[in-house]
Amino acid sequence: MTKERRHVSCQLAVVGTGLAGFAAAVFAGNRALDTALTGNTGALAYTTGYLDLLGAMDGGGPPLDDPWQALQTLQATQPEHPLCRLSPASIHAAFTEFTSFLGSAGLNYSPPGRRNETVLTPVGTLKKTLCVPSTMAPGTTALTDKKPCLVVDFHGLKGFSARQVVANLGGSWPVLSAARLVFPGMEHGEIYPEVMARSLETAATRAHLAELLREVAGDVTTVGLPAILGIHRPDRVRAELEKLSGLRIFEIPTMPPAVPGIRLRELLEQVLPQRGTTLIPQQKIKTLSFEKDAVRLDLADNYGPIVIEAQAVILATGRFLSGGLAADPNGIREPLLDLPVSQPGSRADWFREGYTDRRGHPINRAGLSVDDSCRPLTAEGRPFDRRLFCAGIILANQDWIRSRCGAGVAIASAYRSVEQVRQLLGD
Amino acid sequence: MEPSTSRFSEPAHDTVETDVLIVGGGMTGAGIMRDLALRGIHSTLIDRRDLCAGASGGNHGLLHSGARYVSNDRESAVQCRRENVLLRRLARRCIEPTGGLFVAIDGDDPDFAAAFPQWCSVAGIACELVTPDEARRLEPHLSERIIAAYRVDDATVDPFRLALQHVAHAGSLTGSSYRPHSDLIAFDHDNDQLTSAICRDSRTGALLRIRARQFVNAGGAWAGRIAQLAGCPDVHLRYSKGTLLISHDRLTNHVVNRLRPPADGDILVPGGTVSVLGTTSLRIDDPDLAVPTVAEVDRNIAEGAMMLPVLATTRYLRAFSRVRPLLPAGDDGDDRHAVRGFALYDHQGDGLTNFCTITGGKLTTFRLMAQQAADLVAARLGNTTSGRTDTTPLPEDDSCRWTEPGAAPRYWHLAGNRDDMVLCECEMVPQSAIDEIVRCAPGAEEEMTLEAIALRSRAGKGPCQGSFCGIRIASYLYDRGHYRDRTGLQHMRDFFNERFKGMRTVIRGPQAAQMELAEALHCGVLGLDALDDEDDRDPLTQRLETGATDD
Repeated sequence: MTKERRHVSCQLAVVGTGLAGFAAAVFAGNRALDTALTGNTGALAYTTGYLDLLGAMDGGGPPLDDPWQALQTLQATQPEHPLCRLSPASIHAAFTEFTSFLGSAGLNYSPPGRRNETVLTPVGTLKKTLCVPSTMAPGTTALTDKKPCLVVDFHGLKGFSARQVVANLGGSWPVLSAARLVFPGMEHGEIYPEVMARSLETAATRAHLAELLREVAGDVTTVGLPAILGIHRPDRVRAELEKLSGLRIFEIPTMPPAVPGIRLRELLEQVLPQRGTTLIPQQKIKTLSFEKDAVRLDLADNYGPIVIEAQAVILATGRFLSGGLAADPNGIREPLLDLPVSQPGSRADWFREGYTDRRGHPINRAGLSVDDSCRPLTAEGRPFDRRLFCAGIILANQDWIRSRCGAGVAIASAYRSVEQVRQLLGD
Repeated sequence: MEPSTSRFSEPAHDTVETDVLIVGGGMTGAGIMRDLALRGIHSTLIDRRDLCAGASGGNHGLLHSGARYVSNDRESAVQCRRENVLLRRLARRCIEPTGGLFVAIDGDDPDFAAAFPQWCSVAGIACELVTPDEARRLEPHLSERIIAAYRVDDATVDPFRLALQHVAHAGSLTGSSYRPHSDLIAFDHDNDQLTSAICRDSRTGALLRIRARQFVNAGGAWAGRIAQLAGCPDVHLRYSKGTLLISHDRLTNHVVNRLRPPADGDILVPGGTVSVLGTTSLRIDDPDLAVPTVAEVDRNIAEGAMMLPVLATTRYLRAFSRVRPLLPAGDDGDDRHAVRGFALYDHQGDGLTNFCTITGGKLTTFRLMAQQAADLVAARLGNTTSGRTDTTPLPEDDSCRWTEPGAAPRYWHLAGNRDDMVLCECEMVPQSAIDEIVRCAPGAEEEMTLEAIALRSRAGKGPCQGSFCGIRIASYLYDRGHYRDRTGLQHMRDFFNERFKGMRTVIRGPQAAQMELAEALHCGVLGLDALDDEDDRDPLTQRLETGATDD
């Protein structure tokens, strides 16, 4: 049986289903651009749920309280940084638009503030971020106010230890204590956050857990849990659990892949098609060719080949983990279009001697060089094609890991790219 | 020799006593400890890091048949042959009798290949001619370009398990003890005798005095420095850095040697579920500065691929470098031509009657080295019992079983306890293994580093190289109360830094993806790159102090 080739015709094709690709689809949808979104798995499940803008200066330095001021510094010292391709006001607008979209779809976030929030990590260290899921926000408040608080973990849940969180935070938060519970219906063996989260979407599990929490909390009125409060509508799960237990409850991220990232992915995969985006998930593009009248993307799913024809493309394929870059022994490549990759001179220079060296590794700064419109450049420094734009951490001249700016780079460059696409297509 | 007790005479440190202090927790030191215990002698073994931290833990894990040395060092060849036979019988659980092949490639010196069986015969080493086709049947990855092949009795050895079992056995016989992370900083003298050694705990900085009647320097590449601390200037060594690689898969079942004079990348040794390729040889000045380089990695791969083309494309988990301590004989500038023999210095000529140094040699001959050192020490103590390591089987100790590939999953499956969760998912190391190691493995202590646990198990040895299990094991140690504060985070950071040293030069292809994820997790999420900042300055307090508010 020959499978029929299916055609998708659209104004914008976004390649990549990580944060940058999804953000681009959100911004394009809001601007009524007819958009197709495709890509393989994407690294969204590896996120904590926090949306960082800029948590530290590139190349080391203390945690940043004011990312907006730091952006000014970055503008002066590293104008090539992707966060310098648009004004702080535009970046603020991008974060506002993205978090509003998530909120309207049922996943509430704190709006971008003037300063970074200080948030908890799975091991009880602290981290700077800009926007916090509302399931986690009360943790930041409790931490700031140093409220008496109980951190709860669960028998069988590996890699999240309430005692560890308390041991590491105890110095700055002395009224913190730890307790371990057996999760309702999961008495033995290893248990997984995603399964617990789905279980908490049922009223019976919530009621049972609320009872356990009330018993263990004693006089304490604020309780921190690993991030397990439902995959869909976590704010409602949290509200009901609070009502049933009479406690203030917040989530702490667990080791990725984890519930907050799965939430984002499932929500976006569900909501974007409802709002008009053509989503072809879990598929890798085979070829991308720039023809006279359209950009053509070839891919295939279980039902056979698919051709997407678009007027513009945003490449948001990520770095090595997502396949946007490939680390060959002889050099770093961009495998889809073989775009030139800005990179260290040789493989011997990819990494510094010390893994946790504050200056970060040169390989992290490798990536695609773009112009001010986020268009990838050829070796001669000209745009590869006026219809090709690029977003996310595949961009060169940034170290998103060390400067805690992954979501910032993704959201800002997606915003910039979509604005440029809109200009190209003449509104 | 002037008495030199003044510097450390203040009573601010603890003192322990032993018959014999052995400095250096490599295979030789562990061997001496057990040899002495079999003669009823109590000893204390110290190492500034941990067991097998030097060349003992950084080699091919090859128990030579001796054939490697027949062309240029017959004495070593004969020693290897004898020790190989003994250890296969007495330390079964640490040794896999894989057999070995020597193969010559089109272009290698045919005269060398032709002379090889005769050289083996003179050294009494069994060597069987096999056709290139037979060799490829035995090892399908072998190159089509093989022109000659011989089979020999090479075997492989797990040096970590071997050292752990030696220490455990010595402990059970005489209560001899092992102290890791104890850095020797000075000796006290009394005329022709050393009276005690002063050690600094490299984790806490605490000083410890160890009084002993006899002192043995088994410092390997560091033996010259240790001898100098005792006032003996005459132990001169050359440092030959060797770099090796570990592949993700076990590529052969035999040890495969290149049939030519020893050179780079000419031995591939299976070890459990992986293979080890090496080695290069580079003279260096400081044994503490032996790290692998990308050039050495590429050189090993290019040379190794001549024998086994799969080596050009296979995935490598890590590379490591260690220093061979070479005795200064016949210096023609090429350390490969140096003999691999060992030397025992009695230091009588330095005016000392209770100090000796044993160094040089190689893993295969550790038992013989240990026996000769122990003979001298026992005689000096007036102990007339003869050595028994050539006849006494090495007993097994449960706490030492976790270094064996495949042991953890087997045990976990048999025990069938769902609540005993697997912490290292690559190598299937369960919580109960960590409990047992922390409770009673040689060198166990209340707050063990993740590196110390990894040395005593397979944790962190699999494809993820500890990136995930390091976090899980640390969480578990917090749960169990072994880690109580932020030093646990430092242990995590130090462990990841240590594992990275081995990964750094082999990161390419899929490892780049894995490293990106690991770094995002360790640094981006957990902030292990910024622990010092956070320790210096509580960001919240500062924020409150400056009166900043969100609005």
